[in-house]
Amino acid sequence: MSDLDELAATSLAAVEESADEKSLEALRVRLLGRKGVLTGHLKNLGALPAEQRPAAGQQINLIKNRLQEAIELRRLALERESLDSRLQAEKIDVSLPGRRRASGGLHPVTITLDRITRIFRAAGYDVAEGPEIEDEYHNFEALNIPENHPARAMHDTFYVEPGTVLRTHTSPVQVHVMEKGEPPFRMICPGRVYRCDSDLTHTPMFHQVEGLLVDRNVSMADMKGTIVSFLRAFFEEAVDVRFRPSYFPFTEPSAEVDMTCVACGGKGCRICRHTGWLEVMGCGMVHPRVLEMSGVDTAAYNGFAFGLGVERLAMLRYQVGDLRMFFENDVRFLGQFN
Amino acid sequence: MIFSESWLREWVDVPVDSVELAESLTMAGLEVGGRTPVAGEFSGVVVAEVVAVETHPEAKSLYVCQVDDGVSSHQVVCGAPNTRIGLKAPYARVGAGFRQAGDDGGDRKVGAVDIRGVESSGMLCSAEELGMAESSDGLLELPADAPAGADIRDYLALDDNSIELDLTPNRGDCLGMLGLARDVGAMMRLDVAMPPDSNPAVTLEDEFPVRISAGKECPRYLGRIVRGIDLNAETPMWMQEKLRRGGLRCIDPVVDVTNFVLLELGQPLHAFDFGKLQKHIDVRLACPGEKLTLLDGKELELQPDTLVIADGAGAVAMAGIMGGMNTAVSEQTSDVFLECASFAPFAVAGRGRAVGLQTDAQQRYERGVDYLLQHRAMARATELLLEIAGGKAGPVTEALGEIPEAHQVRLKFASIACVLGVEIPREGVLDILTRLGFAVLEENDEDVTVEVPSYRYDVAIEADLLEELARIHGYDKLPLAMGLNRQEMGQAPENEIALERIRDHLVALGFQEVVTYSFIEPVLAGRFSVEAAETVELRNPISRDMSVMRGSLMPGLVQTLRYNVNRRQEHLRLFETGLAFGRTAEGFHQQAMLAGLIAGGREPKNWNNSGETADFFDAKGDLESLFDLGGRTSRLRFAAAARPGLHPGQCAEILLDGERAGYIGALHPALQREFELPAVFLFEVELDALCRQEVPAAEEPSRFPEVSRDLAIVIDEEFEASDIERTVRDAAGPLLASLRVLDVYRGGAVPAGSKSIALGLTWQHPSRTLGDAEIDQVIDSTIKALQTRFNASLRN
Repeated sequence: MSDLDELAATSLAAVEESADEKSLEALRVRLLGRKGVLTGHLKNLGALPAEQRPAAGQQINLIKNRLQEAIELRRLALERESLDSRLQAEKIDVSLPGRRRASGGLHPVTITLDRITRIFRAAGYDVAEGPEIEDEYHNFEALNIPENHPARAMHDTFYVEPGTVLRTHTSPVQVHVMEKGEPPFRMICPGRVYRCDSDLTHTPMFHQVEGLLVDRNVSMADMKGTIVSFLRAFFEEAVDVRFRPSYFPFTEPSAEVDMTCVACGGKGCRICRHTGWLEVMGCGMVHPRVLEMSGVDTAAYNGFAFGLGVERLAMLRYQVGDLRMFFENDVRFLGQFN
Repeated sequence: MIFSESWLREWVDVPVDSVELAESLTMAGLEVGGRTPVAGEFSGVVVAEVVAVETHPEAKSLYVCQVDDGVSSHQVVCGAPNTRIGLKAPYARVGAGFRQAGDDGGDRKVGAVDIRGVESSGMLCSAEELGMAESSDGLLELPADAPAGADIRDYLALDDNSIELDLTPNRGDCLGMLGLARDVGAMMRLDVAMPPDSNPAVTLEDEFPVRISAGKECPRYLGRIVRGIDLNAETPMWMQEKLRRGGLRCIDPVVDVTNFVLLELGQPLHAFDFGKLQKHIDVRLACPGEKLTLLDGKELELQPDTLVIADGAGAVAMAGIMGGMNTAVSEQTSDVFLECASFAPFAVAGRGRAVGLQTDAQQRYERGVDYLLQHRAMARATELLLEIAGGKAGPVTEALGEIPEAHQVRLKFASIACVLGVEIPREGVLDILTRLGFAVLEENDEDVTVEVPSYRYDVAIEADLLEELARIHGYDKLPLAMGLNRQEMGQAPENEIALERIRDHLVALGFQEVVTYSFIEPVLAGRFSVEAAETVELRNPISRDMSVMRGSLMPGLVQTLRYNVNRRQEHLRLFETGLAFGRTAEGFHQQAMLAGLIAGGREPKNWNNSGETADFFDAKGDLESLFDLGGRTSRLRFAAAARPGLHPGQCAEILLDGERAGYIGALHPALQREFELPAVFLFEVELDALCRQEVPAAEEPSRFPEVSRDLAIVIDEEFEASDIERTVRDAAGPLLASLRVLDVYRGGAVPAGSKSIALGLTWQHPSRTLGDAEIDQVIDSTIKALQTRFNASLRN
């Protein structure tokens, strides 16, 4: 039986020496497989005398079990080893940048418009849009700016043909809405407007948001409250706001809205021309003639309107120093808003 | 309007300092645009008389003067050309201090100095040196009766400011001290000390006939002859100073007096050289083709809606705007004809602008000059003119047109609380209105009816009175309220996609939004213009670069790309939304569009990519994914097409339900080369097509297995993938769940002029397992359809 002992010893040694799972498996098949060495020994038991068979069988099975156990242990060890080396090999530099597209972004004017829109939508205002090539009636007459009115000089107007202009403000949109609908109205009209003016602080195209609220018993106090809370929401700061009398043909009474200078906190600086105040909006109670012309019953309804320059608010909010940056579309400028 | 602060204080005894006064004006709607001291900061300067003058022994251009400052005599060296014996001029004594311009603001002390061997104690001063003028060419000449030794600051009242008002166009009434003082009086509840009415002596009988043919345009015209005036007379110092502080230059007594009355009362006057007027004055509209040369030398052909002052020979002035050259007062003039008229705002408005003029008179008439003011102003001007320039005045000749009727406006007391949101006691209301010049006609518990004064062209309805009350009461005293939040529910239409969502999607795909001008350069516009619509041109563009309205957003994106490529930014995805414009037979076409551009690498070159350049299918994929938002990609079709600006072989119409919604393609290589750009891919699509979506109706997914088969066919190059797809979909039956183009292959065993296309088809039945046999049958008929339609052959 020393043959078997020797087989056991060499086999166990071979198991321990096997370098990987593949050779271990091959070894297992060679020893324990259907045609394996040990299986062969078991098959050969029949050739032994009957009295020796039980002991021999027992010994073979013992060896078989020991080998199986050794192979399993070795397999686990090899598996652990190969996993370890795989983990070692698959280590990556997690600090390398990810695989992705370049980042895009919105234009700051859009970002500002979206903020304004969101604030007013939350207060129940609708958003209305309209044409940019507009007839003079809707751009001027319907807003109480007859021909030769000095206020027309304040709107340097682009003409497309006699009687047809590029809208100088988004107020004509309100006229369209009032002509078609029934009060009450709560709306803002964002969009591009055009004035024939180009210098350091003017671009021939810019964006406005005009707002209109028409309802029963609307007062200037409501207008003031609305505008103050809008400005505070937009700037996320309890800015001081003052209203001073002004003139717009389509509102009466009219007001300019000044706000504490966000750059200096009201102490006076270059941005507020050392006044501590920034002119940010215009507003007023809608002129009864404007309401009448658009078919609103002024005995029952009145309202207020306001208008603001989007680029101006964007400049104040995002500390943009030069208006013209908005339309140069230098991606190095625009990318800062992403 | 610029005015002297101390002049205002002569009329209204304002109890606040200059800063507070400016603040009050601004807060009452008369916005202060600037406030400048009328002189520099200095001390120790007095009135002095030059008592002796000798030429400097070492310098012919200098004088050695003896100057009497009321206390003693001083020797002063001076180079001013107007230095002469008897001249009264400002004299800075030794020790006088001048505040230096600039931020450090140190004082410069005047001392005794040696000027080329002659001692000079102190300094004779020009207006410039006293900070009263930008430049001077000699000493400031003071009146002969100026008391030597008097401090010049007191004598000329130099502790004063010029205040500039940025008046809104409705407040023409404040374009004169009279109206301004009235408004300040009302805002501070102070009485206004008006100067007494003038009553100049009439010592001539001469009259010149005046008539008004355009009565609506000219309610009133006053004329008066003044003979024998001395144009070389000196305008008195006080008037010179008021004019200067009001931003006007001194010219001659006639101009100075008319300008002074303009500042004081807000009434423009004009003086004609009487000797040059013929026969009569007629105020009428210009005749066709009538010409006039204006004071400034400008020659005009007058428009028929221009109101003119004409004499027997023709137009001599553009009424209310500017006088004519031929009848202008000149150095030789001794007799003048003074005009003081009321012109209706509508008759003057816009006429000056139309010929490039902006005058003080026009500014006031456009906004409205008090139609009852002319007699007062004429008397005032005559009085001053006689006082300064001598002469004799004839009687006033008056012609009347249609004098406007005074408006009456009723104010309901209840409206105050309702519209302003504040209570103002009744006495307060009446006090404010009265101080502003509104005459109370009728009053009861409910309301008050007032007559609008003749100078308030801006008040016609109750709202106007409410503004006056709010303004004087103080906008800042009105409360804040927020009682207007909406009660009803908001709307959330689900078949629309908010533009925000589309923008955000593009941003996530790496696109940067840009905003470009709606007007572009015509040649560039032409490169991209589709013939269907005519380009919209501006009549008065800012420049040729911005003279046509864009018919497409593509050129703006290409220009933006170019701008950035020139700044070494080459791998870009850009997009813009906005209107594209065109003119069709039906009128103007204004269509909201979205356009995108991809240039350079698909992704920025990175360690994990090889910097592949983007191509048509990157643009197409991004666009398709936008349509995915609305679940409408399957209704989309791309058909090869041609469009100006795009590569004819890489361009498609974007069809949604068969209707064209836009274009996609590569920038035309000729443009690409011209603009020195990398390969560029563009798409432009109507926003309406993108902003719609189907409200989903859910189906249960099938629980039965899918069956997939791949099919490779060889087909002629001329057929497009979409043709094949359509045929396959028709033939593969309603159970086809998906169809993919797996591969497109050319070369190798595929004959030239053909291509091999591999398709992956998947079927699924909602309620049972599909059998191989039925799939084989479908595959067979699909292959047959492909053979019949395209002469396709199966590839192994």
